[in-house]
Amino acid sequence: MAKLNYNDNFYEPSDELIAVNDLNFKGEEPIVEGEELISIENVDLEYTGKTGDIKALENINFNIFPGEFVCVLGPSGCGKSTLLKILAGFIQPTSGSVKLDGEEIKGTDWHRGVVFQNPPLYEWFSVRDNVAFGPKMRGIPKEKYIPLTDEYLAKVGLSEFSDKKIYELSGGMKQRVSIARALINDPEILLMDEPFGALDALTRENVQDLTRKIWWDTGKTIFFITHDVEEALLLASRIIVLSKHPGRVIEDIKVNFSRQIVEDCAEDIKFTPEFYKYREKLLKLINNQPQR
Amino acid sequence: MKKTTKISSEKILTISTVAIILLLWFIVTSTGAFSETIIPSPKNVLKSLSDVLSTGYKGNTLLAHLGTSLKRLIIAYSLVIVTAVPLGLLSGYNSKVRAVIEPIVEFYRPLPPLAYYTILVLWMGIDDSSKLALLYLAGFAPVYINCVSGVLRIKSDYINGAYTLGANKRQIFFYVIFPAALTDIFTGLRTALGVEYTTLVAAEMVAATKGIGWLVLDASKYLRSDTVFMGVIIMGLTGILLDKIIRIIEDCVVHWKGKN
Repeated sequence: MAKLNYNDNFYEPSDELIAVNDLNFKGEEPIVEGEELISIENVDLEYTGKTGDIKALENINFNIFPGEFVCVLGPSGCGKSTLLKILAGFIQPTSGSVKLDGEEIKGTDWHRGVVFQNPPLYEWFSVRDNVAFGPKMRGIPKEKYIPLTDEYLAKVGLSEFSDKKIYELSGGMKQRVSIARALINDPEILLMDEPFGALDALTRENVQDLTRKIWWDTGKTIFFITHDVEEALLLASRIIVLSKHPGRVIEDIKVNFSRQIVEDCAEDIKFTPEFYKYREKLLKLINNQPQR
Repeated sequence: MKKTTKISSEKILTISTVAIILLLWFIVTSTGAFSETIIPSPKNVLKSLSDVLSTGYKGNTLLAHLGTSLKRLIIAYSLVIVTAVPLGLLSGYNSKVRAVIEPIVEFYRPLPPLAYYTILVLWMGIDDSSKLALLYLAGFAPVYINCVSGVLRIKSDYINGAYTLGANKRQIFFYVIFPAALTDIFTGLRTALGVEYTTLVAAEMVAATKGIGWLVLDASKYLRSDTVFMGVIIMGLTGILLDKIIRIIEDCVVHWKGKN
C-alpha cells in the first residue's frame, strides 16, 4: 500500500508538466513571414558507428530569419553540435538541404563565422593578428583592415591587449578574441558552439552580456548552441529544443527576456516568476524525454 | 616569465655530478690500479689535448679535424632541413604524398647506417659525397616523421576555423599548418642532429684522413687512449653545444611552446 502511494507521488510532477504546458506557457510562435536567411529542410544525418548506422539528426526543419538570436538547447548527445557543423559546412547532411540566402551550403567559407567551444586561436600570432586574420587572408588591403581590427578589438573590450600573446590571455578574453575574429568578416550569421561552456560563472555572465550587446547593436543573426537553459533564456530571441538520439526538434518558441534586458535594463529578469516558468518548462522538456 | 638569478638546485646537482665524475676519474687513475691504456689520467688527456692543439694530429690541427666533421654535419643537416621539412609537412597535409614517401622512410629508418653505407660507397665513391649522403639519410627520417605527426596532430578546429575566416588551402598551409607543426619540427631537428652526430663516426671510419671521428678511430689503432679520451670528450661537448644552439633558436621561434 505504502509503495503504491509512493508511486502516485512519483507521477505527480508529470501531471504538473502538462499543466505548465497548457496554462502558463504562452511561447509566441516563431515568425514565419519575411525572407529567411537560412532554411533547413528535411535534414537527416547518419554516421556509421561500431554498431551500425547511428542517426544523429532526424527530419530537422526550420528557418532562421535575419536578426534572430536562435539558441538550440538539448541534452548532451542530441546532435546539436552536429547541426552547427552542417550549417558551418564542415559536414554534409545525409539527406535534406541547407540553404543560405536560397543557395545550397557547400563547404566552408567566411559567410558563416564560427566561434568554437575551445577557441582555436593561433598562438604564433598576437591578439591583433588573430583578429586581423580573416581580412588579411581575404586580401583586404592593409589600410582597410588595420582600422577595422582596432574597431573590433574595441567592440570586445580588448584594445589594451592587442599586442599580447595568446597564452597571456584568460579563458574569457580568448573567447572574446574568437568572437571579434569571426565578426570582423561581417558574416551573414555567427555560429557559436557552446562557446561559454568552459568558463567560470562570472566570466560567463560577462561574455553573455557582451554577446547580447553585439547582437543588439549590430543586428547580426546568431545561431547559438548550449545545454544551459538559463543561458538560452538570457540570450535568445528564439529557442529550439532538440530531443535525444536522434535529435529532432521538439520545441520552437520565441522568448523576449534578452530583449527586455537590453531595452528595459531588466538585469534581474532571471528572478521573475515568468522567467522561472520558462525555465521549468524547458528543463522538464529536456529532462523528461523518453529513454530509448 | 620571471627570471631567477639564483642557481636552481637542479643546476647544482648537475654541476656536482660532473664534478664527482671528474674527481672519481682523478682518484682512480692516481691510485695506479689501471694502466694508462685502460683509463688514461686526466693529466695525460690534457697533455694530449695541448699536443694536438699545438702540433696537430697526423698533419691536421684539432680545429681542422673538428671543422671537417662539422662541415659534413652542417651540409647534410642543411639538406635535411630544406627537404625533409617541406616533404614531411606536405605528407602530413596530403595523404597521397604521404603514401609515396612514407614507405621508403619506414623501410630504411630502422636499418643500421653502416648496413647501407657500403651501398652508398659503391654508388658514390669513398670521398665526401657518400658520407654526406649517409648523414643526410640518417637525419631525414626523424625530421620527416616528426613533421608528419606534427601536422596530423593539429586539431581540426584550427583548420576548419581558418576556412571559416576565409583562408584558402595554400594560406592554411603557410599560416596555420606550418606554425602549428613548429614544435614537432624542432623535436625532429634535435633528434636528427643527435642521430647525424652519432652516424658521423661511422661515416669517418671508411677512407677518411680527416675528421674528429676519424681521429678517435685512428688513435685507437695505436692504443693512444689519452687521445681517444680527448676526442670523445670534445665530441661530447660539441654535441651538447650544437643541441644548445638549436634549443636557443627554438625558444626564439616557438615562443608559445608549453605556455597554454
